[in-house]
Amino acid sequence: MTSLPQSQPGARRLGLVIDLDTCVGCHACAVNCKEWNTEGHHAPLPDYDPHGADPDGVWFNRIHSYEAEGSGGCGKTVNFPRSCLHCENPLCVTVCPTGASYKRAEDGIVLVNTDICIGCKLCSWACPYGAREFDEHDGVMKKCTLCIDRIYNESLPEAEREPACVATCPSRARHFGDLADPESRVSKLVAERGGVDLMAELGYRPTNKYLPPRQTRIETRPVEMPASAPGGLGGALLALVDKVLSR
Amino acid sequence: MTPASSVLLLTTLTGFGYGLLAWLGIFCAAGALPESPWFGPVAVVIALGFAGAGLVASTLHLGRKERAWRAFSQWRSSWLSREGVAAVATNLPALGFAVSWAALGAGANLTVAFGLVAAAMALGTVFCTAMIYACLKPIRQWHNRFTAPLYLVFAAFSGAALLAALLGVWTGAAAGGTAGASALVVVFAIGAGVAKAAYWRFIDAQGPLATLASATGLGSFGTVRALDRPHFTENYVLREMGYQIARRHAARLRRIVLVLAFAAPAVLAALALAGAMPAVAAPLAALLAGIGLFAERWLFFAEATHVSAIYYGRAV
Amino acid sequence: MPEDRIAYHAPVGDEVAHTTCYMCACRCGIKVHLKDGKLRYIEGNRDHPINRGVLCAKGSAGIMSVTSPARLRAPLKRVGPRGAGEFEEIGWDEAMAIATARLAGIRASDPHRLAFFTGRDQSQSLTGHFARMFGTMNFAAHGGFCSVNMAAAGLYSVGGAFWEFGEPDWNHAKLFLLFGVAEDHDSNPIKLGLAKLKERGAKIVSVNPVRTGYSAIADEFVGITPGTDGLFIMALIHCLLAEGAVDTAFLVRYTNAHHLVIDVPGEADHGLFARDAEGAALAFDRKAGALARADATGTDPALLGTFTLPDGRRARPSFALLAERYAAAEYAPEAVEARCGIAATTIRRLAAEIAEIAFRQPVTIEQAWTDTDGRRHETMTGRPVAMHAMRGISAHSNGFHTCRALHVLQMLIGAVDTPGSWRYKSPHPKPIPPGPGPAGRAHDGRGALTGNVLGFPTSPEDLLVDDAGEPLRLDRAFSWEAPLGIHGMMHMAIAEAHAAGRARVDTLFLYMANMAWNSAMNPGETTRMLTDRDADGEYRIPFVIVADAFESETVAYADLVLPDTTYLERYDCISLLDRPIGSAHGPADAIRVPVLKPDRDVRPFQDVLIDLAGRLGLPDFAEAPGKPLYSSYADYMVRHQRKPGVGPLAGFRGADGTVFGRGEPNPEQISRYIANKGFARYDLPLEQLYYKHANRAYLTGAKEMGLIDDDSQIVLNLYSEHLQKFRLAAEGHGAVRPPERLRARVARFMDPLPIWYEPIEQTMTDMKQFPLHAITQRPMSMYHSWGSHNAWLRQIHSENRLYVHRDLAAAQGLEDDDWVEVVSRTGRLKCQIRIMDGVNPHTVWTWNAIGRRSGAVALAQDAPEAVRGFLLNHVISEYLPAGDDGARLSNSDPVTGQAAWFDLTVRLEPCEPETIAETQPRMAPVALTTKGAGQ
Ligand SMILES: Nc1nc2c(c(=O)[nH]1)N[C@H]1C(S)=C(S)[C@@H](COP(=O)(O)OP(=O)(O)OC[C@H]3O[C@@H](n4cnc5c(=O)[nH]c(N)nc54)[C@H](O)[C@@H]3O)O[C@H]1N2
Ligand SMILES: Nc1nc2c(c(=O)[nH]1)N[C@H]1C(S)=C(S)[C@@H](COP(=O)(O)OP(=O)(O)OC[C@H]3O[C@@H](n4cnc5c(=O)[nH]c(N)nc54)[C@H](O)[C@@H]3O)O[C@H]1N2
Ligand code: SF4
Ligand code: SF4
Ligand code: SF4
Ligand code: SF4
Ligand code: SF4
Ligand SMILES: [Mo]
Repeated sequence: MTSLPQSQPGARRLGLVIDLDTCVGCHACAVNCKEWNTEGHHAPLPDYDPHGADPDGVWFNRIHSYEAEGSGGCGKTVNFPRSCLHCENPLCVTVCPTGASYKRAEDGIVLVNTDICIGCKLCSWACPYGAREFDEHDGVMKKCTLCIDRIYNESLPEAEREPACVATCPSRARHFGDLADPESRVSKLVAERGGVDLMAELGYRPTNKYLPPRQTRIETRPVEMPASAPGGLGGALLALVDKVLSR
Repeated sequence: MTPASSVLLLTTLTGFGYGLLAWLGIFCAAGALPESPWFGPVAVVIALGFAGAGLVASTLHLGRKERAWRAFSQWRSSWLSREGVAAVATNLPALGFAVSWAALGAGANLTVAFGLVAAAMALGTVFCTAMIYACLKPIRQWHNRFTAPLYLVFAAFSGAALLAALLGVWTGAAAGGTAGASALVVVFAIGAGVAKAAYWRFIDAQGPLATLASATGLGSFGTVRALDRPHFTENYVLREMGYQIARRHAARLRRIVLVLAFAAPAVLAALALAGAMPAVAAPLAALLAGIGLFAERWLFFAEATHVSAIYYGRAV
Repeated sequence: MPEDRIAYHAPVGDEVAHTTCYMCACRCGIKVHLKDGKLRYIEGNRDHPINRGVLCAKGSAGIMSVTSPARLRAPLKRVGPRGAGEFEEIGWDEAMAIATARLAGIRASDPHRLAFFTGRDQSQSLTGHFARMFGTMNFAAHGGFCSVNMAAAGLYSVGGAFWEFGEPDWNHAKLFLLFGVAEDHDSNPIKLGLAKLKERGAKIVSVNPVRTGYSAIADEFVGITPGTDGLFIMALIHCLLAEGAVDTAFLVRYTNAHHLVIDVPGEADHGLFARDAEGAALAFDRKAGALARADATGTDPALLGTFTLPDGRRARPSFALLAERYAAAEYAPEAVEARCGIAATTIRRLAAEIAEIAFRQPVTIEQAWTDTDGRRHETMTGRPVAMHAMRGISAHSNGFHTCRALHVLQMLIGAVDTPGSWRYKSPHPKPIPPGPGPAGRAHDGRGALTGNVLGFPTSPEDLLVDDAGEPLRLDRAFSWEAPLGIHGMMHMAIAEAHAAGRARVDTLFLYMANMAWNSAMNPGETTRMLTDRDADGEYRIPFVIVADAFESETVAYADLVLPDTTYLERYDCISLLDRPIGSAHGPADAIRVPVLKPDRDVRPFQDVLIDLAGRLGLPDFAEAPGKPLYSSYADYMVRHQRKPGVGPLAGFRGADGTVFGRGEPNPEQISRYIANKGFARYDLPLEQLYYKHANRAYLTGAKEMGLIDDDSQIVLNLYSEHLQKFRLAAEGHGAVRPPERLRARVARFMDPLPIWYEPIEQTMTDMKQFPLHAITQRPMSMYHSWGSHNAWLRQIHSENRLYVHRDLAAAQGLEDDDWVEVVSRTGRLKCQIRIMDGVNPHTVWTWNAIGRRSGAVALAQDAPEAVRGFLLNHVISEYLPAGDDGARLSNSDPVTGQAAWFDLTVRLEPCEPETIAETQPRMAPVALTTKGAGQ
């Protein structure tokens, strides 16, 4: 049903919080995502011309890198993973003529039912984040499932019920949780770190949030330096070395 | 947006078809059509033929054609679904119109009633088509107050051109309906041309929907530039939505459209109106309008930028 | 409408195996899921000490390498001309017979005529032992072109190293300085560590010409000019000395800062430590006002001043020499800022930040410990300034000294193996240096070399040189050109084999190294040498054996190809005898187990090598020719003993499998590893976690475990007496002296205290002609040439660009994707550029090993890797320009022989707009055509 679900009181809003302050742009999340999902809910994630002149394929998560104006003409490089943001107000769902594209009431996850998708691609036109990918082989639309077949999978130990990209991220830049619950770890992170919505001006109200880069500084106290003595050795050093040592 | 011929055909042909259907209903009510028991049915078949061809063409780009029927289910929320439903529904009054025309005659109240209902629903269908594009927020060149009216104006224009051609051939004379239709062609050609020019001025003045800064949430760091893409080769998003057309190329095409789609048909229609070989001038006007509008529709896609391409450092 | 079917209960697969990843050398633990006998999913092993469950892009893509079309399918015998790629598939019996006959012949005549070089090899304890037992000194692994500068500088200074043998204290560091690292071997551990630092709000400073990856998330980026880190570090030392920000207590207790250095220029022992009759180094005890043993306790050793020895000669504490050198004006920030491209104010601020954190914000852990002098300390206090450095420093010809300067900096602030600082990774620390000199001169009765092929020279007598002082080893390692070439000089192997000719080399045996491509300095020349023939029409390098798993560029140049399995199809061990998975928390090692059965006629190389050794009857591998001691590598891993009780695997030893370290072989060992998810680790007790170099409990424990042979304090070498011995020889002392042509060079570069000098190649290059530094970086999602046939990884790096600073691009009128020619003193290549801001303005760079030769690794001949991808190697040379004497020295560090990849300088020449959009040079396609057996 592609009309959006009535937001139920107490319903969860599962999503990702991505920390641009620690993302080193290693693509681990992207590849592990592909690895999990190519036999996951939206299996397969095809590759086209894999060993040829124009390799391409379906990926649910892609890592960009940008340069923001840095200090002294030296750009600040920012790595930027991009996947479905599981928007609260997803046009990709309402435009779908078949009901294949839908948003779950219970947790807000946006999915495609590939059994009824006719491959009209309209949903991908409706997504400002370029998060939907068309399977040229099966002729249907696919996208990030938030690893729905992991996060609820009872065959996995509790601790492993998290998205593949989150589990694999070596610099712990990806966090998964319920953004509807202000007490959740992710909500707290967003609050503390000033997490942002991408293209908020379009009004899709993304669930996923991005934490902007930080800059840690060290305050140093001024050091007084006694005049240097002959031999070029600083007075401070001479004073220090004068102290009694014990070996 | 990458122009896909199937979609271009859809929107142009349905424009002609439903436009014609709409004018048939109105002209019939105005008693401006030939009395012949054959004219109505033939005209309706032509109208539905155009519309049908367009709709069939549109299914060609589906990944799963065999599931096309599923597209009728979401009329509550989806304009694409509504278009489908409306298109099918329009056939009923249209056929009623044809049958009643043949059986009871063009003047019969029932015929007129069917005609007017068909006309309304035809325009409704065109409106649904327009809204498919108009509702797409990520595409500024579509998501604006021009898109829907333009589609309607173009439908009216192309429908009139088709009707004029039909009447021209049917009656061979510049009198009566032919004159009326030709006059409409002139009027709508000018109107549509002006509207399209206004639309172009509008989108040229439009600012981008978002900046790379807002798209990445890095605004506080000053201007943001794309450094590396996730993958070297083109992917689905870029192939489908990353289309970029050179300014110069677009400008040239715009001129061609103005001449082919609007100016030329207007002149020819004027000739037909003046009685100069209406049987030739009117069809020629319709033909040129067709070609011109196809080009116009190509531009409508080619000039449309999808905001997601901003992530790849492309201008939107 | 049909409901969307979601699998809420589906298990991942029907089988799970734990093994060790080998999509790179990081050695992460993986959990491999199989479904219907096929690979379903590879994830990180959450219990594994290295990766704790995370998995990088390469590891996740392993699933695609195992099915790659580039996999070799059967042993190959060359039928066409060498390099043409025309082969015949043969069976293993024939392959082994050919290899055995060839090697037997060599061993019977002159075993050194076997040149055995291994690349990304994680079984060096096996391959090295094979070489030793075979009796050839011409063995090395990739270290020589990799990071021997880091290894040697560390092992000769602190008994550990940034390279593999150390790690920052991620849990306590407050300031982390990262020098020249893009990725490193510890791919996942470093990322996990950076995350920890970020979580605690520690400051990360990255010193690097390029701002990507780790540097991208650094709190401060220092865009240094390549090759100048030594100057920068010495300027930091200059400031710290001036401020008196030095941990003198640490220096006298744990280093040789107070040892008295004989100061009588011209004499045979000038610059060596003054010693007493027993040979114990002396210091001046200010308390007693007299000389005393430097290791005596309760003394108050002088760090400055000049003292008179009993024989009346002058001597000075080594610290005095150091302080005098770096206090000099030439190391003032203002004096180095232009050269380094770092503002003097920045250098001063960074020095102040180091002082602030080290001395005003120390970390104290409530944990008592006892030092080697028996003194009990109630707490463990440390300087939370951690450092890590890798190839940005090592891949320069001044890398050894630069790296030593970094260790000196660590010692000066007392930041070696203390809480919050850099720490030893078990099995380190080791004595300085860890072992005896290299073997090579003598064979024992069994025809084996009398020691390890790769050793640790401590004096000229240890060098492998002839009476004229010329190299004995093919690659020139352990010669006066590279006295501390402790990893060999693999980058010289082919060039020197070609130069030496048949008399010295019969067979070149290459394992896991793509030496005809991305590990060749100058692949064009290298491939020419491989195919060059003597007057009589015979190949100048008579026989080439290549053991690879994939259709690499090098395979095409083999006479015999021994196809290896992929990492999921074999046993392997990540051994404490090589580069284990140990950490600061204790020793650990791991195994690989076959998860899949090979679907083609390939064999694990280690099995093949053991089989070969058996057929040859090599000592330690066979009782006699054809009477092997081991049936397979798995068997060897369990039963081989290097020392009594010490074998390839340290875990689950002893009859009952309860011993870690030294113990009887345990037939059940492998199943115990499997039950323990593929690894074994021993967690050090808390009191042994820091100050390992002087921690009595740790050192005695390590000795018992067999990690070290001597448990006395490891005195850190602030001053390197070892280096001075070589310098003395150059000054004309001692029996073994450098040849005349190298005297000045040796005297200059074997300085006992760190020095900085302009990268050698740059001093021989017209820098006006070639003003730009050209370097490469490791892409995080590609491992050298391993991944380009991987369907997923190649979508990320199917081609590469040359990154150019915006201002430089503007100055040359260049825009993104424009084609340029990159011209160096030895060659030119053509590629496309990309503009960026985050790069040193005088530096251009690209990703390493993305370009592939057309047709390699089963890619389409018009694959982007070959058409637009490029290797910087084409404009690098393994030789320096000929000197006045006409002799060409290798383009390497003069102390260690480390390949100086990053000394390269170039200029850019924009191409005409109508230029053909193809990289240059484009060598003729390599395409393997195999006829016979299989087909
Ligand atoms: N310009 C430039 N060049 C460089 C460097 C640089 O920084 N810049 N870095 C240098 C350094 S540090 C290094 S270490 C070298 C690395 O360069 P190489 O040592 O040549 O290593 P690789 O390219 O990783 O591949 C070696 C071979 O191992 C094969 N291989 C992969 N898996 C297996 C397996 O399971 N078994 C067997 N038998 N073979 C396998 C691959 O097919 C490949 O042919 O490159 C050096 N080259
Ligand atoms: N993903 C992946 N991981 C790998 C490898 C791989 O190919 N891919 N290779 C493995 C191997 S064999 C090795 S040796 C290690 C090497 O790991 P790294 O040491 O990270 O090797 P490089 O990528 O060569 O990094 C060199 C870094 O030093 C910088 N640099 C260059 N010149 C200078 C300089 O003069 N000063 C400073 N301060 N910085 C400089 C470069 O910009 C670059 O960031 O990585 C290992 N890990
Ligand atoms: S895995 Fe983590 S660090 Fe690597 S790209 Fe993804 S988010 Fe960034
Ligand atoms: S990111 Fe795109 S696909 Fe995902 S929910 Fe939002 S609009 Fe839909
Ligand atoms: S492509 Fe599939 S999911 Fe997307 S709108 Fe069309 S039918 Fe719906
Ligand atoms: S949540 Fe799952 S599907 Fe979505 S990006 Fe992460 S791994 Fe891929
Ligand atoms: S870093 Fe990646 S490729 Fe290397 S061993 Fe670990 S998981 Fe495997
Ligand atoms: Mo390396």
